[in-house]
Amino acid sequence: MISPAGNHQPSSTPAALIAFAWTLVGVPLVYGLYQTVKTASSLFTG
Amino acid sequence: MAVPGFLTRERIVAGPGFNRWLIPPAALAVHLCIGQVYATSVYKAALVKHFDTSLTAIGIIFSIAIVMLGLSAATFGTWVDRNGPRAAMFTAACFWSTGFLVGSLGIATGQLWLLYLGYGVIGGIGLGIGYISPVSTLIKWFPDRPGLATGMAIMGFGGGALIASPLSRQLMDLYDPAYDGTAGTVPSGSAVALLFLTLGLVYLVFMLFGAFIVRVPADDWRPVGFDPSKAKQKALVTTENVSAGNAIKTRQFWLLWIVLFCNVTAGIGILEQAAPMIQDFFRNGTTSAVAATAAAGFVGLLSLFNMGGRFVWSTTSDYIGRKPIYMVYLGVGLVLYVLLATIGSSATWIFVILAAVIISFYGGGFATIPAYLRDLFGTYQVGAIHGRLLTAWSAAGVAGPLIVNTVLDTRGTPGELVAGDYRPALFIMVGLLAVGFVANLLVKPVAEKWHEPKAAPSAPTQEASTVR
Repeated sequence: MISPAGNHQPSSTPAALIAFAWTLVGVPLVYGLYQTVKTASSLFTG
Repeated sequence: MAVPGFLTRERIVAGPGFNRWLIPPAALAVHLCIGQVYATSVYKAALVKHFDTSLTAIGIIFSIAIVMLGLSAATFGTWVDRNGPRAAMFTAACFWSTGFLVGSLGIATGQLWLLYLGYGVIGGIGLGIGYISPVSTLIKWFPDRPGLATGMAIMGFGGGALIASPLSRQLMDLYDPAYDGTAGTVPSGSAVALLFLTLGLVYLVFMLFGAFIVRVPADDWRPVGFDPSKAKQKALVTTENVSAGNAIKTRQFWLLWIVLFCNVTAGIGILEQAAPMIQDFFRNGTTSAVAATAAAGFVGLLSLFNMGGRFVWSTTSDYIGRKPIYMVYLGVGLVLYVLLATIGSSATWIFVILAAVIISFYGGGFATIPAYLRDLFGTYQVGAIHGRLLTAWSAAGVAGPLIVNTVLDTRGTPGELVAGDYRPALFIMVGLLAVGFVANLLVKPVAEKWHEPKAAPSAPTQEASTVR
């Protein structure tokens, strides 16, 4: 983190924040992948 | 142009202990949103009907957005590097979201020009700023694995279309009960207007989240165990820096411009025509052995390879080097294009495999170029240099479809074309890839005269606990 005065202070990034951020981008990505694989499968079945 | 205090670079310098794995999701939050631009085909037919106009008049919206992407990335690149990723992501979010909202208004009021202005011009500016905004930050956080880092972000751009296509269909189904997404049904204009409104608001929140969590490393920070002198031992990798203004005066910049232009033009040649192309390759008289649903599946498969190639090939470039990986994209790509033109119509599986690998090289080319720029020009203004290079994308976005469509127009009518009709266009692409291959061969380290003067050395801060 950085203080208002601009000095860098030691900080750690909460694991929960990292997990939340990856989940937030991961869930839509998995949804998109699933839907696309479903569509792509018609190439082999349709 | 000054930015409000909370957006400035100085406010987001990470302190010791910061975990750099928070940066890729910040970048993905932006790229997953702006990648929607490749999902415009979902509502194209609805807009043609709503505005009672031609497919070309609607297709122009996409072209304007891509041209604005290149222009804004080139114009605002230096501003992005100067003000940092939070200011850039915030600005991109505002433009991209406003583009949708103005576009929604245009659809709701039946004013096509508002759609051009909104989604095309305003949204296109958001696209350009958003595309380059996290790239230089990721390169700075991952100096040991720049290909992996940029691959992750730019993979998100490919992933954005995978999300937006089915999501848009489901939302339009919700807003227009008469539309069920099956072939032949078209959603109403008001459903598309509501879709634009929804996407505009959702993308705003998502992108602002990315802007909120992004951080830049301190100037003297470097990951534990990373020794720039070892990286320097690799050919073409510099520890010097070149400004964006000087970079465009170097031969290397223009060689990479040619490389990107050729690689993208060749890929677009297939992507633009994917569905009709596979049907035409296996046409017997007026009917094709490949059904329309299977052709749609082929488009989906290409999207997966486009996205996967961005991550896989860009990451591979960290191990084998940037110049060799472009030898693969352009050299192997050239061979695959020849095979596609000659034996592509012999079996569907051969056609599908060849096209899929070619498209993975297309995606890989996009994702690896920022790391290539960083190798040659350093990290100082790599975002601005990347922005200027993206004009090659804009040019390819015009040239690729133009080459394919012009050739096909001279060969016959859509619905009656066969594999042989594609051959001239495919061999033009082979020629382009050969030009790109030679351009890549000619890339040499940047001359010392372009390097920035060295600043006073400072002791690096090694992090032990969090950087993996």
